[in-house]
Amino acid sequence: MIKVDSVHALAFTPAPSALRRMSRRELLTCGLAVGTGLIVGPTFIAGSGGAWALELEALSPTSVATLLQMARDVYPHDSFGDELYVAAMKGHEERAVIDTQFKTMLEDGVTQLDQLAVERGSASYLATGWEADRIEILRVIESDPFFQTIRGGLVVGLYNQPAVWALLGYEGASFDKGGYIDRGFDDIAWL
Amino acid sequence: MAAPYDMDDDSVVVIIGTGAGGGTLANELAQKGIAVVALEAGGRHLPDDYVNDEWESFGQLAWTDMRTTSGSWRVAQDFPNLPAWIVKAVGGSTVHWAGASLRIQEHEFRARSTYGDIEGANLLDWPLTLADLEPWYAQAENKMGVTRTNGIPGLPGNNNFKVMKAGADKLGYSECHTGRMAINPEPRDGRASCRQLGFCFQGCKMGAKWSTAYTEIPAGEATGKLEVRENAQVLMIEHDGTGKVSGVVYQDAGGNRQRQAARVVCVAGNSIESPRLLLNSASSMFPDGLANSSGQVGRNYMRHMTGSVYAAFEEPVHMYRGTTMAGIVSDEAKHDPSRGFVGGYEMETVSIGVPFTAAFLNPGAWGRQFTAAMDNYAHLAGMWLVGEDLPQAANAITLSDERDAFDMPAANVHFDDHPNDIAMRKHAYARGTALYESVGATATYPTPPYPSTHNLGTNRMSKKPADGVVDPFGQSHDIANLFVSDGSQFTTSAAENPTLTIVALAIRQADYIEKRMSEKAI
Repeated sequence: MIKVDSVHALAFTPAPSALRRMSRRELLTCGLAVGTGLIVGPTFIAGSGGAWALELEALSPTSVATLLQMARDVYPHDSFGDELYVAAMKGHEERAVIDTQFKTMLEDGVTQLDQLAVERGSASYLATGWEADRIEILRVIESDPFFQTIRGGLVVGLYNQPAVWALLGYEGASFDKGGYIDRGFDDIAWL
Repeated sequence: MAAPYDMDDDSVVVIIGTGAGGGTLANELAQKGIAVVALEAGGRHLPDDYVNDEWESFGQLAWTDMRTTSGSWRVAQDFPNLPAWIVKAVGGSTVHWAGASLRIQEHEFRARSTYGDIEGANLLDWPLTLADLEPWYAQAENKMGVTRTNGIPGLPGNNNFKVMKAGADKLGYSECHTGRMAINPEPRDGRASCRQLGFCFQGCKMGAKWSTAYTEIPAGEATGKLEVRENAQVLMIEHDGTGKVSGVVYQDAGGNRQRQAARVVCVAGNSIESPRLLLNSASSMFPDGLANSSGQVGRNYMRHMTGSVYAAFEEPVHMYRGTTMAGIVSDEAKHDPSRGFVGGYEMETVSIGVPFTAAFLNPGAWGRQFTAAMDNYAHLAGMWLVGEDLPQAANAITLSDERDAFDMPAANVHFDDHPNDIAMRKHAYARGTALYESVGATATYPTPPYPSTHNLGTNRMSKKPADGVVDPFGQSHDIANLFVSDGSQFTTSAAENPTLTIVALAIRQADYIEKRMSEKAI
C-alpha cells in the first residue's frame, strides 16, 4: 500500500516547469485531440496549438490526460490553462519513472476511474461529459490513497506557481520591491 | 573562563534550545558573566537568508523531525506527522512568530480559583501572580520593543486591520487596535523599521520584528561568555549518582555523539521536544524520566483554542499586504461564563498567502466550493481566534513507537478538545463571522486549527511537587540543577499569545539562577 507522507507532501515544491513548445513538425505528426483541447500523442501530451508539451517516459499519454481531467475536477478553476495543472502533476510522472509501485498505483487509479465511468454508462472517465458525473465518480474513491496522492500533490503543486498567484491576485515576494509600505498596504477605500 | 568551552568543563550552564526562552536566558546569563553553552538543533538563518515564499521558507525553517499524533483533534487526521508548526533554527520560533506580545491577565494566573473545578480538566493556579511577574514583563517589553509600551507608537493599520476595525466598531467592540507587537514602527535598538513586507511568518527580512536569532544571541556572544553550537541535537540529559544532572549527550553537525558536562541544565526545546527529552533521559534511578516524580512530564499539553475566520467581500482587500498580525480585538478575552464557557479569547488579524490558504483553509477539501474560496483570495480578510484551552491530563506528549533520525523514540502528541474548548470555538467563529458580515462579507469560512504554533504546559509550574514539574522559577521540583525555560512551564494557557510571558520568565529565571549559583546552592 502506498503510504501518503503528509509532511513531505507539504514540503514538496515542484520543479520549475520544463514544459516546452512543440515544433511545427511535431504538431503535424501528433495524435488525436481530446475533449479538453489536449493533443494526445504516442509518447506525449500537449496543449492545443502546441503551446506546451510534456514528454512521457513512464505513464501513457491517455493516463496522463485522464489524470489531468481528474486534477481539473479536484480543484476546478475555469480560467486556469491546462499547463498549470500539468506543471503541478509533472512530479508524479517523474516519480513513476523510478518507483514502479507508485506507477502501478497511478495506472490502477486511472483504470478504476474508467471502470467506474463504464458502470455509469460512459466509455471512460475522459468521455464522461458532465463534471457532476465525474465528481460522483471521484467521491467513490476520495478516501483512497490514489485520490489522496493526487489531491495532496495538487494542493501544494497547483497553488505554488507564480502564474497561479497572478491569476488569484496574490503579489508574492515583497522584500525585493521594498515591501508594501509604499505599495498599497493600507489602500482599502470601500469601507 | 570564556567561550569556546571544553566538553568536560562542568562549570558551564547548558541551555537546550535558543528560542524565546533559551535564547533570552542564554544572553541574560552571559551578561551576568556566567559561562553558557547553548545547544541548538537547527542551523543559523538570519534576515538575509529568509525567503518571501511560504513553502520554501517552511523547508528552510520548520521542525519536521518525525512526530506522531493521536486523539480526536483534526490535526491528527489532516497532518498526522505535523502536530506543530515551529522552528528548528537559532532563534527557535521567534524566527517565524507574528510578534504579538500580550501580558497574561491577573485572573488567568488563578485559573483554577477563578473558573472552579471543571470536570475533565486538570486546572491549577500558577504558583506566581501577575504582580510577581510585572517587573519582568516591563523588562521584556523594553527588550523586545513592544508597541504601545516604552513610548513606542502602535503600528499603522493595514487593509486587513481596517476591515477588522470597521467590523469591531459595528459590533460595539471597544478594545480594537493594531496590537502590542514586538515590531519596530521606527528604527530602534539597532534594528530597522517595518516596511509591511507581509512575510512575518517566514522570518523578518527587515529585522524589524524581534527574534532572539539577531538580538539576544549575538548580544550574548559579544560578551565572550556565550558559546552557541548549531546543528547540535540533544538526545538525553545525564545525571550523577546523587541525582543531580551532570551533562548532556548530543549529536553534532558532523554526526558524532558528544557529551558536554554541565553545572546546570536548562531545557528550552519547546513543549513537545522538552518533555520528550526528559522522558528519553530515563535511567534506573529515574525510570519514568527525569524530573517526573509527579508523572506530569508531557501531560497537560495545550495548544490554545484556535481557529480562524476568513471572509470574502465584493471589493478587494489584499490582506497579505503588510504585517501578518498587527490587529486585535480583546473584548472577548475576559472571563464571562454567561457565554457558555470559562476563559476568553483574543481576535487577531491573520493573513496567509495563496499556497498556505490552499493547504490550511479547509484541509482535505476539494471541488468547486473550495476553489470558489480560492478564487476570492484577493477579496479575503482574515482573523485568528486565540483562546484559553483547558489542561487535560490525557492530552500528553509520550514516547512513540516510531524513531527519529537519531534513532531516539519520537514524540507522540495526543489531543482531544475539552467541551469548553468546543463551546468557546463555536462562539468565536460566530463572533468573527458576525464581525465580517456587519461590514458586508458575502462569504465566510470558519477554518480549523492549524498544526499548533502555540505549544504549552507539558512541564508545568506548580506549588506542590505532586501537581507539576517545576516551581515558580522553572526549577525542577526533583532536581535542583535542572530547569525548564520554555512555554512548557505554563500552568494554564490563558488567552494570550505566549512569547512575552516566556521572555519575562526567562529574564526572571536568569536572576534566580545567578543568585542560586552565587550561593552555591546549584
